Amino acid sequence: MAVQSDVVDDAGPYDRAKALSAFKLGDVTFYWITRLSAISVLLILGGIIISLIVGAFPAMKEYGLSFLWTQRWAPSADPPVLGALGPMYGTLVTSFIAMLIAIPVGLGIAIFLTELCPQWLRRPIGMAVELLAGIPSIIYGMWGFFVLGPFLANTFQPFMIRVFDGVPVLGAIFAGPPSYLSLFNAALILAIMVLPFITSISVDVFKTVPPVLKEAAYGVGCTTWEVVRSVVIPYTRVGIIGGVMLALGRALGETMAVTFIIGNSFRISSSIFAPGTTISAAIASEFAESDGLHQSGLILLGLLLFVLTFFVLAAARLMLLRLEQKAGK
Amino acid sequence: MNPIYARRRRKDIVIRGLCIGAAAFGVTWLALILMTLLYNGLSGLNLQVFTENTPPPGSTEGGLLNAIVGSLIMTVLGVGIGAPLGLFAGTYLAEYGRNDKLTSVIRFINDILLSAPSIIIGLFIYGAVVVPMRGFSAIAGSLALAVIVIPVVVRTTEDMLLLVPNPLREAASALGLPRSLVIKRIAYRAARSGLITGVLLATARVAGETAPLLFTALSNQFFSLSLNKTMANLPVTINNFVQSPYAYWKQLAWSGALLITLTVLALNIGARIIGAERTAK
Repeated sequence: MAVQSDVVDDAGPYDRAKALSAFKLGDVTFYWITRLSAISVLLILGGIIISLIVGAFPAMKEYGLSFLWTQRWAPSADPPVLGALGPMYGTLVTSFIAMLIAIPVGLGIAIFLTELCPQWLRRPIGMAVELLAGIPSIIYGMWGFFVLGPFLANTFQPFMIRVFDGVPVLGAIFAGPPSYLSLFNAALILAIMVLPFITSISVDVFKTVPPVLKEAAYGVGCTTWEVVRSVVIPYTRVGIIGGVMLALGRALGETMAVTFIIGNSFRISSSIFAPGTTISAAIASEFAESDGLHQSGLILLGLLLFVLTFFVLAAARLMLLRLEQKAGK
Repeated sequence: MNPIYARRRRKDIVIRGLCIGAAAFGVTWLALILMTLLYNGLSGLNLQVFTENTPPPGSTEGGLLNAIVGSLIMTVLGVGIGAPLGLFAGTYLAEYGRNDKLTSVIRFINDILLSAPSIIIGLFIYGAVVVPMRGFSAIAGSLALAVIVIPVVVRTTEDMLLLVPNPLREAASALGLPRSLVIKRIAYRAARSGLITGVLLATARVAGETAPLLFTALSNQFFSLSLNKTMANLPVTINNFVQSPYAYWKQLAWSGALLITLTVLALNIGARIIGAERTAK
C-alpha cells in the first residue's frame, strides 16, 4: 500500500493530520472522476439527440410532417423531393419478417439448451450461438451478397413464386422476378443476426424458473413440451417479450448487412422478393456523398430511426427490469 | 395405450424434434459463414497482404497494410478513450451510487445506448466532430468507436463490481482504508478478470464496426498515420472493395474479412475463457 508506506517511512511522531488530508483529497478526486464519467453517459445521449435535431432541422422546416408519407425520394431534383415512406416501410417489413423467423427458432434453441440438451453439449452449442452474435455485420452482408442471395434467387424464390402463383394476397407477396437483392434476403440475414439475442436472453430467463415448479409439473406426468408451455413460458413471459423487443431494436437499426443485400430502391413494392431499402441502409449508402437539404433529410431519417429504436429498447428494458424485480423478491 | 397419452407423446416428440432442428439451424449458419470465409479468404492470404498498401483500381499488386494499421490505431484509440471512461462510470454506479436515483437513470440510458444503432453514433460524431473540424478524420472515427465502447464497459464493470462480496469492502474499511482505496485496491483487484473480460468484449464489438466509420474516418487509399486526416481501415476498405468490379479487390476484401472475423472471434473466446476462470474459482 503505497500511501501507507509513505506514512511509515517518515515515522516517529508522524503527521496524522497530513496523512488524513492526503487521503481525503484522493478520495474526493476519485469520487468526482467516477461521478463525472457516469454523468457523461447522459451527456452522450443528450449529444446524440441535439446533434440529430440540429442536423435534421432544415429538412424538418422544408417538408414538415409530409416527410412521413411521401414515397418519392429524388435528392437531385430541383428542389429536392424527399420522403421517408419507402425506407420506413422497408425497415418495418424486414424487421417484422426477421422476428417472425427468429422468435420461434430462438425460443426453440433456448428450450433445447435448457430442457433437452445433454450437459456436455450445452456449452459448445451455447458458445456457437453466442459467437454468431460476435461476427461483424459487414461479414453477414458479404455472405448474404455472395452466398445466400444467389441461393435464394436461384432456388427458394422461384419455388415460392411457383407455389403461390395465382393465390390472392399471397401471390402478390411472393411475386416478381427472383433477385439477389430483396427485402426477404435482408430479413433472413437479420433473423440470423438477432437469433443469438433472443436465445441468450431466453436461456437466462428460463433459468430463473424455480426447479420446484418444473419438478412438480413433471411429477404429475407432464411431457417436456407441456412443462415448457404451461410452466416455463408463462413464468418467464415478460422476460421473453423483453428479449424479443431487444432483438427487434437491433434489427431495426442494423446497417451494413442490410445495405449489401436490400438493393437500395426507394419504391415500395407489394412483393417481398423485390428490392427495397431501410432507413439505415439509405443513410449508409448516400450520406457520404450528400450535402445540403439531401444530407439534412438523411439526418432526419436517422432521427426517426433513433426515436423508433429508443422506444422499442426502452420498453424492452422496462420489461426485463420488471422480471428482475420479480426474481429478486 | 390410452389414445390421449399417445397424442400427448406424439406432440412432445414433434416439438422436441423441432427444438433440436432449431439448434442445428443456428449452428449450421455459423459453420456455413466460417467455411465460406475460410474458403474464399485463405487462398488470397499471403505475406503481401500484410506488407503492401491497398492497390489502385485495376492493379493486381498490393495488400491491406494501411487498412490493418489504420484499424489497429483507431481501435486502440477508441478503446483507450472509451474504456477508462466506462470503467469509472461503472465504478460510480456500483460503488458510490448504488441506491441513488441518478444511478437507475444512468443505468437505463446506458442500456439503451448499448443497443442503439451504430449508424446513429456515426451521424452523431459527424455532427459533433466532423462538421466543426471541417473534415473527416481518424480522430472522429476513434471517437465514434469510443462512444460504442463506453456502454459495453459500463455495463460489465458495474455487473462485475456488484459481484464482489461486501464483507471484503467492510473489512478494508474497518482497517481504516479510505473509500477510494477500498475500491482501487480491493474491489478492482477482486473483479479484475471480469473487468478485463468487459474491455475485451468491447474491443471485439468495435473491431468490426463499419457503419460509424463510413462518414467519420472515411477511408484512405494511402498509408497515413495522421490523426486529423482520413485513415484507411479494414471494415470500410472491405465495404468498398467488395462492391468493386475488380477481381483482385474482391479477393483482398475476402482476406480482410477473414482477418477481422478471426480477430473478433479470438477476442470473444479469450474474453469468455478469462470470464470462466473467474467463475471456476
